[in-house]
Amino acid sequence: MRLLPSGSAALLVELDGLDDVLALYAALSADPPHGVVDVVPAARTVLLMTDPAVTTLAAVADAVRTTTPRPDTRAVGDTVELPVHYDGADLAEAAELLGLTPDELVERHTGAEWTVAFCGFAPGFGYLTQPGGQWEVPRRANPRTAVPPGSVALAGEFSGVYPRESPGGWQLIGRTDVAVFDLAREPAALLRPGTTVRFVAVRR
Amino acid sequence: MLATGPLTTVQDLGRPGQAALGIGRSGACDRASAALANRLVGNRANAAVLEVTFGGLTLRAEADLLVVTTGARCPGAPHAAPTLLRRGQELRLGPPASGLRTYLGVRGGIAVPPVLGSRATDLLAGLGPAVIATGDVLPVGEPVDPAPGVDLAPVPEPTAGELTATVLPGPRADWFGDAGWAALTGQAWTVTSESNRVGLRLDGAPLERLRAGELPSEGMVRGALQVPPSGLPVLFLADHPVTGGYPVIGYVTDADVDACAQLRPGQALRLRPGRP
Repeated sequence: MRLLPSGSAALLVELDGLDDVLALYAALSADPPHGVVDVVPAARTVLLMTDPAVTTLAAVADAVRTTTPRPDTRAVGDTVELPVHYDGADLAEAAELLGLTPDELVERHTGAEWTVAFCGFAPGFGYLTQPGGQWEVPRRANPRTAVPPGSVALAGEFSGVYPRESPGGWQLIGRTDVAVFDLAREPAALLRPGTTVRFVAVRR
Repeated sequence: MLATGPLTTVQDLGRPGQAALGIGRSGACDRASAALANRLVGNRANAAVLEVTFGGLTLRAEADLLVVTTGARCPGAPHAAPTLLRRGQELRLGPPASGLRTYLGVRGGIAVPPVLGSRATDLLAGLGPAVIATGDVLPVGEPVDPAPGVDLAPVPEPTAGELTATVLPGPRADWFGDAGWAALTGQAWTVTSESNRVGLRLDGAPLERLRAGELPSEGMVRGALQVPPSGLPVLFLADHPVTGGYPVIGYVTDADVDACAQLRPGQALRLRPGRP
């Protein structure tokens, strides 16, 4: 683990990979060091935002160094089932990029559980990984200016669901009618780090 | 609200603690000024105020209200001096002579319904109350604590000239090397007109990256100086994205971000290296 400076109020912890990120995040979110306001996991890093009135970066750095990662507790959240219409504009292209037929892609996407590794990009947007999933899909060369809400998409090793209409460069493989972010619901964000997701194909 | 000026929003301390869900903190861009406005009218720290960008706000009191402005001083405003606005009386904020953002505190706080624990308008995420529009009627809460009875708080005005802020190395300073750091801290950057609550866009001699390649998105906080492929840094303010994929060369110290949030397009910003 490498501790990188992030100004006077935050600390960035860089790790070797996503599994290490999730193990450290599991430990830090279960028992945040004193004075830490936010813990933000990402692909290779965990950011700790502190309240400088309450703690020092040195104290937080010490706490991180003595934190024991919890690789066993990767999936700590609920399980969510998302029905998907696999009729996305990029389904055929994404399948071809993976050397699959569209049906095989759907089978693989629905065949095993996904886990929300981290969130970002927009409120409620989860980066989902499928352990051993062999997904590696390039982003679109020309991002769309408007991706419809509920779009189920692929990029890199991740799958995701667009919470609302927004620009986006991921490959669209389908859509779900479930609102992954809904302010009228408690909690508003359906997908949070650790949530398990099972995609289910709606019969075409 | 009889007129709103270029942009008026409701702001408070924002939404800390939800960044792992992709929900940024948001809140007042100049936190110190917003906090002062609340203190001067006897509000708690989490009360909501109005953030008025470049003046232009006109409002009429529908009840007797104790009000104050802080931050950029607007002609016609009760600046840093709490004033009773009688029912039916109008308050007109002219354009400030220096600074960009004025905070209007009202005793009792702006009491619009909170969204995810905060009344802050996050323009990037599209969360919180709508941007204030002409004709809006805003509810005011009940006072909780006694009024402090302060007549005037002597506070410095935002500068109209060049601002110097303290900068510390960021997580990816090594992507730019010593020459990049020298270029960052050795020139006066100009704030461009594309700046907003997300960040200040800076113009100057572009920073050169020593290494190519992509950076997996990583978390950041306000004050981050992110360098996109153009080489021109963006200084992130309150509505910054929770994660970003461009390298962060440095961070303006948290205390100095408030002053940066008062910079107008065309003003100069110097970044002076500080001690971690």
